[in-house]
Amino acid sequence: MSFLDVKDLKIHFPTDDGLVRSVDGLTFGLERGKTLGIVGESGSGKSVTSLGILGLHKGGRAKISGEIWLDGEELVSAPAEQVRGLRGKKMAMIFQDPLSSMHPYYTVGHQIIEAYRIHHDVSKQVARKHAVDLLGRVGIPEPANRVDSYPHEFSGGMRQRAMIAMALSCDPELLIADEPTTALDVTVQAQILDLMRDLQREFNSALIIITHDLGVVAELADDILVMYGGKCVEYGSTDEIFYSPEHPYTWGLLGSMPRLDREPTERLLPIKGSPPSLINVPPGCAFHPRCPYADRTEGRASTEVPDLAPTERGHLVRCHMPRTERRTLWENEIKPVLETQ
Amino acid sequence: MLTYIIRRFIGAIAMLIVISMVTFGIFFVVPQWAGSTPEAMASRYVGRAATPETVHLVAQKLGFYDPVIVQYGRFAKGIVAGAEYDYGAGVEQCPAPCFGYSFISGQPVWPDLLDRMPVTFSLAIGAALLWVLGGVSVGVLSALRRGTFFDRLSMGTALAGVSLPIFFTGMLSLVVFSYGLGWTPPGGSWTDFTENPAQWAYNLLLPWITLAFLFAATYARLTRAGMLETMGEDYVRTARAKGLTERDVVVKHGLRAALTPILTLFGIDFGLLIGGAVLTETTYTLPGLGQFAILAIRNQDLPQVMGVVLFAACFVVVASLIVDLLYAWVDPRVRLS
Repeated sequence: MSFLDVKDLKIHFPTDDGLVRSVDGLTFGLERGKTLGIVGESGSGKSVTSLGILGLHKGGRAKISGEIWLDGEELVSAPAEQVRGLRGKKMAMIFQDPLSSMHPYYTVGHQIIEAYRIHHDVSKQVARKHAVDLLGRVGIPEPANRVDSYPHEFSGGMRQRAMIAMALSCDPELLIADEPTTALDVTVQAQILDLMRDLQREFNSALIIITHDLGVVAELADDILVMYGGKCVEYGSTDEIFYSPEHPYTWGLLGSMPRLDREPTERLLPIKGSPPSLINVPPGCAFHPRCPYADRTEGRASTEVPDLAPTERGHLVRCHMPRTERRTLWENEIKPVLETQ
Repeated sequence: MLTYIIRRFIGAIAMLIVISMVTFGIFFVVPQWAGSTPEAMASRYVGRAATPETVHLVAQKLGFYDPVIVQYGRFAKGIVAGAEYDYGAGVEQCPAPCFGYSFISGQPVWPDLLDRMPVTFSLAIGAALLWVLGGVSVGVLSALRRGTFFDRLSMGTALAGVSLPIFFTGMLSLVVFSYGLGWTPPGGSWTDFTENPAQWAYNLLLPWITLAFLFAATYARLTRAGMLETMGEDYVRTARAKGLTERDVVVKHGLRAALTPILTLFGIDFGLLIGGAVLTETTYTLPGLGQFAILAIRNQDLPQVMGVVLFAACFVVVASLIVDLLYAWVDPRVRLS
């Protein structure tokens, strides 16, 4: 069993319009010191997954089932108070928009001190010293002065650093970063990603990065899980996903990724259509209305949900197309286009 | 921060000056526009039996023939530095702040106002405590239990609280609790705090509750709306992600942010109330500033009316000044601008 083991996780929200299957049977594992990238469009269920692991999926109305094992402890069936004790301590989260995710009325220092003192019975002075140390460690200059600043007095990148410092305050073993760089300038994005990689090595924590941007996880992640419509459509090592992806959706994601090392003359290849409504998920393969190869499945695309099946290389793909056909398509049609792009 | 404070202070003083001008205008300038002559105005200050010559003389003494600006200057000086009245039979000193003398009793207005203040203060402070504590806690619970029976019951009650005027709830409470059940003293009961604190509180209990009910309703609704908004904010999710107990999440993170608009409203409400809880004091026959104002208006006692109006306006200005300063303390983002 891995350090983090998620088995058949389902998070459903009953609404007036019907059942929203935000996460629908997700299984993955993660070891200490390793990084998993969860990739998907808005509404694919990736954020709900991370909130579900922390027990923060909203409201009493959400229905969660399956198993989440963290270091031998099962969290789905655990009492709320037990999960609360783990939050911030054993597992912590870095949120997308650091301006709205930090309380505007409290100083940055106060918010880090608060996070630390929930789980450590220490005086304010000790916690404050710890906060200054952390701010220094995430690369904030003059941390002893900046500790008394308010979030609005920080720049976007500094705020995200402070947010990371807050998440790290109790040396969490599992760190989840939900779109950690989306709200930042491109130049700052790279700094934050570097920082996260360094810190992960230092703390040897398990890291989950949630993003819609394959570029973000390309260098950071060991494994990548591609989500679509609440389900995993492709899951494998980063090399596999980048160099021999087999799901048409993953191809689409790769095609819509801007490349700096190529001539900007060619247009990106966007995925046609928009993500499915999670209330009325298309029958069969959820991706089939947007899939250019849906006609190659002998009609099964719209009637039968494909299984998440392993390839001989060991990575998992949820697609009706025969393996050989997928391989041929990738090698002969998709890869050459992506390479000239 | 210092410039912010200074700016607010200057604003408050300017506001007071404007208010004094408007008040002065209403009572001395507007009547002239409406066709009143200096003699007619002076006749209010002498008895009905006065001859036209006496009236003319008094009008001259009181300066009603002077230009408006001179009259206002005299009026303002009276408030700031005191005034001297020469009635022919010797000079009368009216120490600052001088609002003149009552037409009816002949007594200076200011000491009368001071006498009335403890009643209104007691009423306002006690009721404010009740309505803030009650309104905010009901609002918070309602927001957290949105859609439950508790929420609907308390919001229904709040709607009643906002809709029912105090002269209805006040009368009703007197009929039931004082005259029916005999639990509370009848209207008109007032004991000074310094005399007997227990009696003071006992006498004020019913007015406090009735007045608080009216305001608590608004505060409960406002708190509920504010909490529903802040509890959905990202920083509340962050607070949960840190592992805070739900109680701390609600109080330290959710409520803390929802309190700012409530603070603003409180400043205005409290300032207004300190200037005289007119309806409550009338309903319960409490000898406070509100009752004083009603009597002064009924008697057409001009100096008293002006005194109480300016006095009440002062409290509103001071209260909103305090709120502005508190606001900067509560919300650090305000200090920047």
